[in-house]
Amino acid sequence: MRGPNLQIAGLLDTLCPMHAVLDRTGHIVHAGPTLCKLSPGCAASGRRFSELFQIRRPRIDGSMAALRAHAGEKLHLQIRGAVRTDLKGVLTPLPEYGSPEAGGMGPAGGAVVNLSFGISVVDAVRAFELTSADFAATDLTIEMLYLVEAKTAAMEASRMLNLRLQGAMIAAEEKAYTDQLTGLKNRHAAEYLLQRLLDSEQDFALMHLDLDFFKAVNDTMGHAAGDHVLREVARLMVEETRSGDTVARVGGDEFLLIFTRLTDTQCMQDIAARLIARLEAPIAFNDQMCRISASAGSVLSCDYAYPVRERMMEDTDIALYAAKQDGRGRHVAFDSSMRVGNRMARPIEAKRRAED
Amino acid sequence: MHGLINRAIERFVRDTYGRDTWHHVMCLAGLEFSEFEAMLTYEDHVTLDVLAAAQDVLGRPVPDILEDIGTYLVSHPKAEPLRRLLRFGGSTFTEFLHSLDDLPAWTRLAVSDLELPQLELREHAADRFSLTCQARHAGFGHVIVGLLRALADDYGALVLLEHKGARKGREIIVIQLLSMAYASGRQFDLGARAG
Repeated sequence: MRGPNLQIAGLLDTLCPMHAVLDRTGHIVHAGPTLCKLSPGCAASGRRFSELFQIRRPRIDGSMAALRAHAGEKLHLQIRGAVRTDLKGVLTPLPEYGSPEAGGMGPAGGAVVNLSFGISVVDAVRAFELTSADFAATDLTIEMLYLVEAKTAAMEASRMLNLRLQGAMIAAEEKAYTDQLTGLKNRHAAEYLLQRLLDSEQDFALMHLDLDFFKAVNDTMGHAAGDHVLREVARLMVEETRSGDTVARVGGDEFLLIFTRLTDTQCMQDIAARLIARLEAPIAFNDQMCRISASAGSVLSCDYAYPVRERMMEDTDIALYAAKQDGRGRHVAFDSSMRVGNRMARPIEAKRRAED
Repeated sequence: MHGLINRAIERFVRDTYGRDTWHHVMCLAGLEFSEFEAMLTYEDHVTLDVLAAAQDVLGRPVPDILEDIGTYLVSHPKAEPLRRLLRFGGSTFTEFLHSLDDLPAWTRLAVSDLELPQLELREHAADRFSLTCQARHAGFGHVIVGLLRALADDYGALVLLEHKGARKGREIIVIQLLSMAYASGRQFDLGARAG
């Protein structure tokens, strides 16, 4: 303290421990205890306020005249030569006349500047190792630090909850799109995927495959055998398709296969022939052999000017029906002539019901 | 009751008696899940069922368990964030006691739907206090006893605490302060961050 008799100093130390009392020339004559922690020796050095604190806004020189001209306004400051710490401040001018000795408040023509950390408080408390005693009892800093810590903990708890809920949601979605018996996609998933391919105008081939003689396996060897066959069939079909393709079980023994980027009928024929050949290999269950086959009908999206999902599904049905008619165990690629020549094409379900 | 309260019971049982014991408690309570979500709210009876089951599994009366939960919340390393939040209440144990009236408000500031019992501190002498604890369900008072005992340790103060029983949902705790600086206590660094 340089001021000989600063009556207000004790008062200010309690009420605003981050204040500085400046004299007419802008030299610090007294500084509050917390400000002394931030800028050690600031009061004893007899240095000017603007040498220790840079006034960043408003953009003024650090002269007392300029400072006093901005009395009452919010000042943005930084401590020079310390960890970068942003401070807020406000300045009140002291009367032009009347020294403390004569009963005045402080150095005539001087000023009192009060500082605060503002939003940088969390880092500043750590950087300057401040404690609750460094803040006035009325200061909300402690509450603010509490809030920051409490909200961080609460946010973390909420984040964990969100992660778990997201995991549960993905699992539920996965379940909603999966056929539980075979692990293949279900009809819902297949329709969704078809629509997505159509919406994004990507070419693909769609095959509707129906097992032959499956009902006989179920009837003579039991449901356990039937389920086993379905799982084996699913495994074979996944093996015979590429990772980007989709195999979905859409009915008891009906499957939809989607081959992305496939635009060639011959290629489709080859895949179908290989698939059917593999499905015709006997499948062992306990000590018995289950023998099935498959019929399939397919369409290519590139054969349509404006491919529509319902229409494509219907056409695979017609092709499949033709394959069944043709003696089963075979694949038929859809041809528009089928629709013209077979106006009475019934859905495959009706056909099978009649046969079974 | 708030998930944080249920979660406190869960963490206490798991960290003190092990995961198997906790699953045993949840089975006995007849609940279909084994872990509480801190940020969800559960029916009040869930908490009461879990405490009743804990009493049977641990072979200890509910008030004792509640008191241990209070102690756990301040002294277990896994509960360090909570200890820190409580220490914001004051720089001495007496200051902390005087901050208890505001504890529900401080808590709501952080988690708006967490309802804590109303607390009211009376100062009978500089070293004698009584704390009234009012809540929908009696029992919080025992948690507070455990919490205060551990916090007194944390501040390095020596206290005698006595739960005077409950009447019409009001529990009264008598606090006698024997020494403010009995031991050195634990550090509370404003700028440090838990976890």
